[in-house]
Amino acid sequence: MSKTITDVVCPFCGTLCDDLIVTTDDDGKKILGVDNACAIGAEKFVHSSDHSHRVTRPRKMQEDGSFKEITYEEAIEHTATILAKAKKPLMYGWSSTSCEADSVGHEIAELCGGIVDNTAAVCHGTTLIAVQNVGIPSCTLGEVKNRADRIIFWGCNPAHAHPRHMSRYSIFPRGYFTGKGAKQRKIIVVDPRPTDTSTLADVHLQVEQGYDYELLQALRAAIRGEPLVGDVIAGVPKETVYEAAEILKSGRFGVIFFGMGVTQSLGKDHNIDAAICLTKDLNDYTKFSIVAMRGHFNVTGSGQVLGWQFGFPYAVDLSRGFARYNPGETGAIEVLKRQEADAVFVLGSDPGAHFPMRCVKEIARLPSVAIDPHITPTTEICDVHVPVAFVGVEVGGNCYRMDNVPIEARKVVEPPEGMMSDYQFLSAVLDRVKELKAN
Amino acid sequence: MSEYIIKNGIVYDPKTGVKGEVKDICIKDGKIADKVSSKAKSIDAKGKTVMAGAVEIHSHVAGPKVNEGRNFRPEDKLFSYKPGGKNTRMAGGFSIPTTFKTGYEYAKMGYTTVMEAAMPPLYARHVHEEIKDTPIIDQGAFPVFGNNWFVFEYLKNNEMDNVMAYISWLLKTTKGYAIKIVNPGGSEAWGWGENCTTIHDPVPYFDITPAEIMKGLLTANEKMGLPHSIHVHTNNLGNPGNYKDTLDTFKLAEGVKPNNKFGREQVFHHTHVQFHSYGGDSWANFESKAKEIMDYVNANKNMTIDLGCVTLDETTTMTADGPFEHHLTTLNHLKWANVDVELETSSGIVPYVYDPRVKVCAIQWAIGLELGLYTKDPMRSFITTDHPNAGPFIRYPRIFKWLMSDKSRQEMLKSFKYSDKVIAATNLASMDREITFYELAQMTRAGPAKALGLTDMCGGLAPGMDADVVVYNIDENKIKDPEEIEKAFGTASQVFKSGTLVVDKGEVVSNGNKRTLWVDAKVPTNSQVERDVQMKFLKYYSVNLNNYEVSDHYVANPYVIEVEN
Repeated sequence: MSKTITDVVCPFCGTLCDDLIVTTDDDGKKILGVDNACAIGAEKFVHSSDHSHRVTRPRKMQEDGSFKEITYEEAIEHTATILAKAKKPLMYGWSSTSCEADSVGHEIAELCGGIVDNTAAVCHGTTLIAVQNVGIPSCTLGEVKNRADRIIFWGCNPAHAHPRHMSRYSIFPRGYFTGKGAKQRKIIVVDPRPTDTSTLADVHLQVEQGYDYELLQALRAAIRGEPLVGDVIAGVPKETVYEAAEILKSGRFGVIFFGMGVTQSLGKDHNIDAAICLTKDLNDYTKFSIVAMRGHFNVTGSGQVLGWQFGFPYAVDLSRGFARYNPGETGAIEVLKRQEADAVFVLGSDPGAHFPMRCVKEIARLPSVAIDPHITPTTEICDVHVPVAFVGVEVGGNCYRMDNVPIEARKVVEPPEGMMSDYQFLSAVLDRVKELKAN
Repeated sequence: MSEYIIKNGIVYDPKTGVKGEVKDICIKDGKIADKVSSKAKSIDAKGKTVMAGAVEIHSHVAGPKVNEGRNFRPEDKLFSYKPGGKNTRMAGGFSIPTTFKTGYEYAKMGYTTVMEAAMPPLYARHVHEEIKDTPIIDQGAFPVFGNNWFVFEYLKNNEMDNVMAYISWLLKTTKGYAIKIVNPGGSEAWGWGENCTTIHDPVPYFDITPAEIMKGLLTANEKMGLPHSIHVHTNNLGNPGNYKDTLDTFKLAEGVKPNNKFGREQVFHHTHVQFHSYGGDSWANFESKAKEIMDYVNANKNMTIDLGCVTLDETTTMTADGPFEHHLTTLNHLKWANVDVELETSSGIVPYVYDPRVKVCAIQWAIGLELGLYTKDPMRSFITTDHPNAGPFIRYPRIFKWLMSDKSRQEMLKSFKYSDKVIAATNLASMDREITFYELAQMTRAGPAKALGLTDMCGGLAPGMDADVVVYNIDENKIKDPEEIEKAFGTASQVFKSGTLVVDKGEVVSNGNKRTLWVDAKVPTNSQVERDVQMKFLKYYSVNLNNYEVSDHYVANPYVIEVEN
């Protein structure tokens, strides 16, 4: 007999779908099927329950570059020792684990004078800076479902990156005031390229690469009825800009969703600054919100826990005995580039695959530990790789959706026998760090 | 558990009627006791003031808007950080301190129970995660009901049983403490960029008015016999001339008698009344209507208020009153955060500088104090700043000073840039009342505890009550300088929380054993409400019903108050 578990939360992207149905075998060890999930989410579940390719015990790199299995106790000792000895360890990641685990990690960082940074460093960190400049008028995704008749996707491609976003919240659902679903909504996509998302758009503003800021400011001017200079603005005909502005103003409730196409392209936080100001301006005419399309399933949660514990959402430097925040200086990439950290701890992310090569080399140079259920480019360059149970599959814990709504991830299957979770591993490291610091 | 005897302190305890008598207070097994054994540790409180731990009835210290405030205001952390110590984590922030700092600073001032005044139900787990990380103080959180679609529809149809069943379900699901109402109807209207500025403005599409929402929830609250009354932030906050709307709101409670087993005598608590006591019809002729407001409050015993005193600081305003915050950002042009929460509420955050050189700010400052000084029953008027809206809670000792010292008030009044205009628009200059220590204990301990339905548990020093006891290094009869008041109440000599010494000589020495208070109000099962909840979650919420409830493990050391209907 198989077992069916309902209301399962998907630990893939910031959409954090919580309506998955997972079928397991009788003894709850193997996942047989996943309903309701997108292809990526379903694969995450199915893949994780195939233990044949999993690393199930910590591994330590040998001099010849090969890995040798070690015990969890040895991994805990190694991790605690390098962190306790370090003057300024970089503790990076935190976006693919639970808030409970983040919290324990932060306590270790506080004791060791570490720098805590999450994946916003290479994603929506620019958004967080813009929010600190101008705020953010936003809403929950249910508000979008129930009210929104104007949707903008700017620099994002949910059809691929957040596959169920459009069906659950933004385009297709029929809500309380949006009984006609997609027919009631006008869609604008801003992207230099045609994408599977842009094919759904009423208007595709094919902005010239790197000119988002110009287009945003042009829209702000057009909304106010001010004349636009030039026939083509940021690669978009002037008439189309006016048309888009009119669509936005004429709606009753609009939302801008934006992604890394605009947070990490030329202009960075200034783009988001302008996008938020556009949203704010539109509130003089109608109701408008803006929501960041967060990537990792709990990158938002990492920022939340950092916020209530230290007051800043990412790039928090605890090395001076008080929390310091200065992105551009205290972020993971800058710290690695300046060769300022003397140890690296990675959990819940893969900087080896995403950081500039200079930073990757620096991680390889330093005493380092990577905590990850998978073998990744990061685990291959760190001194020790500690595999752990999958959060949201093999262990539960709180996560925050892209709109900051907290949803508790569920455990659906047992991890391979004897495997630790992030929380357990970090708790053991914390205890050992306390002992080492006491001596 | 350790036994303590606090010897020869000057005790103020409205619960037992002790008005500045020299007495010993005994602590045993976490409770106030008649006597202790010879093993009890002795605290010499000679020449010092002894009171119960203070009870905060309305503060914004945990949850999504508080954390957004922290994250979007890095500047609030400047110059305010302290490294961790033997018993403390590193902690910082001024108007929106980190959770650790919140616990430490409240405890240092002698506060042992603090209520989070607005919990969006969808974000309840976040609120409880922060509460869990806030050390020392007992906390509870008020879920917001005043813009909830279930409430609208049941009240519109006069389905009181359904309203009560829904309230019961939501309190249990969110582990909430009381019925909070913020800008009833107006926050829902904000979903369309609109507002309800009077209590009779219809809520768009829902065919109900703010008055009907408040009256309906008040009726449900009394039928259910909850520990606290409805806790209301009414419509039209912050606008000149709004005192009329406030009085209209007060009148909703006329003739209603309390029904509960918790010793509470009010049926209606109106919060941060300072923001609701404005006369005039523009900022040019803005003036105090504190007297009109307090005349009504003094004459109606079935209501309580808290003050919402302006402290003249730079702070961070935050409220579930979404349209107000939009209004505020158009006034001061500072950064604005907003979150509308599906089916439940809205919210907003805007930094604000209460600048004493600005006439309106100085008048607001005076109004908060006038409300306190006009009060005839200090058991029904409580001191708050609506933290952090009118100022950060760490300024409470300063407010005590202003309320207790005419001299300090007059000095402030004279120091304002527009002193003459402020004096003309308010009555403060002519008020020489000075709040006594006993009245302070009423306004910060016994009163709020009673209004919250906790009168047998905290806010007093009767044997059997929780041993939340504070020793302040001050003698009411020997004060030479008003500044001594602020200093003494800012840093308690000793603070006991449930019998544990948590603050000694102004330093945190223990993280205590904090509890989360919530109310389990039992009502008969109601299949219609169960069906409605399932249907609304299926169709209109963005999370599944089965992922909505705050599981027990998120609730730090729960203290459940069970209410039988």
